[in-house]
Amino acid sequence: MSAPRMTRRGAKAWAVRIAAAVLVLVCAIAAGAWWLGTADDAMIAATTDDFSDATLIQRGAYLARAGNCMTCHTARGGEPYAGGRAVPTPFGTLYGPNITPDVEHGIGSWDADDFWRALHNGKSPDGELLYPAFPYPSYTAVTRADSDAIYAYLRSLPPIPRESRDDTLRFPYNQRFAIAFWRALYFRPEVHHDDPAGDQQWNRGAYLVKGLTHCAACHTPRNSLGATRSNAPLAGGLIPMLEWYAPPLTANSPQGLGDWNASEIAELLHTGISPRGTASGPMGEVVFQSLQYLTEDDVQAIAAYLKTLPASDALGGSGAVARTTGAAGMMALGAKIYEAQCLDCHGANGEGKHPAFPQLAGNLSVIAPATANAIRTVLNGGYAPGTAGNPQPYGMPPFRQSLSDSEVAAVVSYIRSSWGNQANPVSPSDVRRYRTISLN
Amino acid sequence: MLQAGFLHSLKAGRAAALALTLLAPWSYAPAATGADAGAEQRVSLPADMDKRVAACTACHGAEGRAADDGYYPRIAGKPAGYLYHQLLNFRDGRRQYAPMTALLETLPDAYLRDIAAHFAAQHPPYPNSARAPVPAAMLARGEQLVREGDRARGTPACIACHGSDLAGLTPSVPGLLGLPRDYIAAQLGAWQGGTRKTPAPDCMAQVLAGVAPGDIAAVSAWLAAQPVPADYTPREAPDHILPLACAGVPQPVADQEKK
Repeated sequence: MSAPRMTRRGAKAWAVRIAAAVLVLVCAIAAGAWWLGTADDAMIAATTDDFSDATLIQRGAYLARAGNCMTCHTARGGEPYAGGRAVPTPFGTLYGPNITPDVEHGIGSWDADDFWRALHNGKSPDGELLYPAFPYPSYTAVTRADSDAIYAYLRSLPPIPRESRDDTLRFPYNQRFAIAFWRALYFRPEVHHDDPAGDQQWNRGAYLVKGLTHCAACHTPRNSLGATRSNAPLAGGLIPMLEWYAPPLTANSPQGLGDWNASEIAELLHTGISPRGTASGPMGEVVFQSLQYLTEDDVQAIAAYLKTLPASDALGGSGAVARTTGAAGMMALGAKIYEAQCLDCHGANGEGKHPAFPQLAGNLSVIAPATANAIRTVLNGGYAPGTAGNPQPYGMPPFRQSLSDSEVAAVVSYIRSSWGNQANPVSPSDVRRYRTISLN
Repeated sequence: MLQAGFLHSLKAGRAAALALTLLAPWSYAPAATGADAGAEQRVSLPADMDKRVAACTACHGAEGRAADDGYYPRIAGKPAGYLYHQLLNFRDGRRQYAPMTALLETLPDAYLRDIAAHFAAQHPPYPNSARAPVPAAMLARGEQLVREGDRARGTPACIACHGSDLAGLTPSVPGLLGLPRDYIAAQLGAWQGGTRKTPAPDCMAQVLAGVAPGDIAAVSAWLAAQPVPADYTPREAPDHILPLACAGVPQPVADQEKK
């Protein structure tokens, strides 16, 4: 009678011991991760003590443009930098905060070290961890001198007493301490150093692309925790929530920049148009708000750097896109619609008429593995961004009123598989999905 | 004293209106040096402007003559300043129609002015106004509000700003004829509900505050039932005195003290 009781008691003791060991291990890992995720990089001293210097402020204005700070930190039609724009993520919505020098609602109480800490370490002045929707995984590469200039510029703005809006993240993402574990996995503060193997132009391009212009935020695919995938830098992907495809900036051909030359890339960045395609969707906004204001030297540097990126393995080889032939009837219908609605502007061979109408043959948005860009452009039309280099752009008409889901599917499928394009056809249900998606 | 104040403000208003007319960028004044970001010199529009605005005419009809479904309004021949401000309002979120906002998101002020000038200069024929079956009493109430307003409530008459012929005033007060009943009712309702706005002072929001839904329906029905006269274009009347101030409208405003 007593023996089994002894055994049961012994088993229980073992279970407690194992549980304790597991608990200790988990605590140790958590403590390590916490340390990793909250550690500060060594402070770098400010490069100036005169933040009212006009030249510094002017340089900061330029850099703030390059970083496109305004887009997330300004509500539609709102005061510049006073915050309020929704930044949707798969984990909930964040709102760009007020970064005017208002003491109560903005960053009026921050000093230059605080600003640098936010950019470089992703922390607020009181040590709170920032959500990486603020792209500090890129901004961490910004130099202290550039950070100081941007700080001086923001400080020169009129303070706007507009309250920043609270984020509406879901549990558990609304638990700020959890960012520490995310950071332990995916973020290290990083100081930019020029690579002596590259020339000055290449290094300038690398600095801008990796840092301020934060190209990776859209052009590098993300994992399920919202971190950019380290094994697929700039390899392109569907931007979560925005549902636009950011094409690869790598040398892949035909899906990436493999066939583009540097001057075509620079032209697109500066004017929004190029002989190979037009900036649309979020990229149109980036050109409109940010890149069109860069110097010719800086866009050339970005282009030169991008042209040195190797083709990415993440895309599965160079150019071998599986092709499924659509039903013959669908292709015939697509050809008919193309001839009636598209041919006048985009040409019999999808060649377009630069600078007015983009070419469709080989167009990265047309042949992308994700069909979002092509379908949304046909449904909603759109304007190339109006820039100094292209101040009166042509507008693509929306076809959501005049074409059915099947008709849009047919013409998009036709365009995706004509004139050398070899991308999969799209279905009417794909079109329906993008017909109902929020536009802005 | 009151009289003198009124005359003074009228004079000042006239001077301001004249200055605005001279500086108004949509007049393509070569000396335009306004502080307005979009106020740069433009000599003429590109010859193929109709191709550049194909994105607009897809819904608003050839030359902006309106679609026949009654949803997309006529934009042809509306005053350039009015069209320009509506483009700004859509782009900057003061009017709510996502497809419009999406189209305009990356267009600069200067080009929105060009687009507005292009459609202001189009004068395609108006279709015959559709006679909807509306009770006579409703039409009578509509006409009364249009011509006299509602003095008891302090609502000004439509004609006080939009002109006795309801053709609008250059550069920014639109004409009210030749529009579908549903469109007018929807706009007035949106203004009252705060989903259609202008920058301050938002005169239409003030006009519509407290107006009964039945009155909005009556005004819309009467306006939509009127035939559009030949040569229906906004009048140039820089001295027309408005009962209240409106953003973007340069005409002088009646002295508030006079009320």
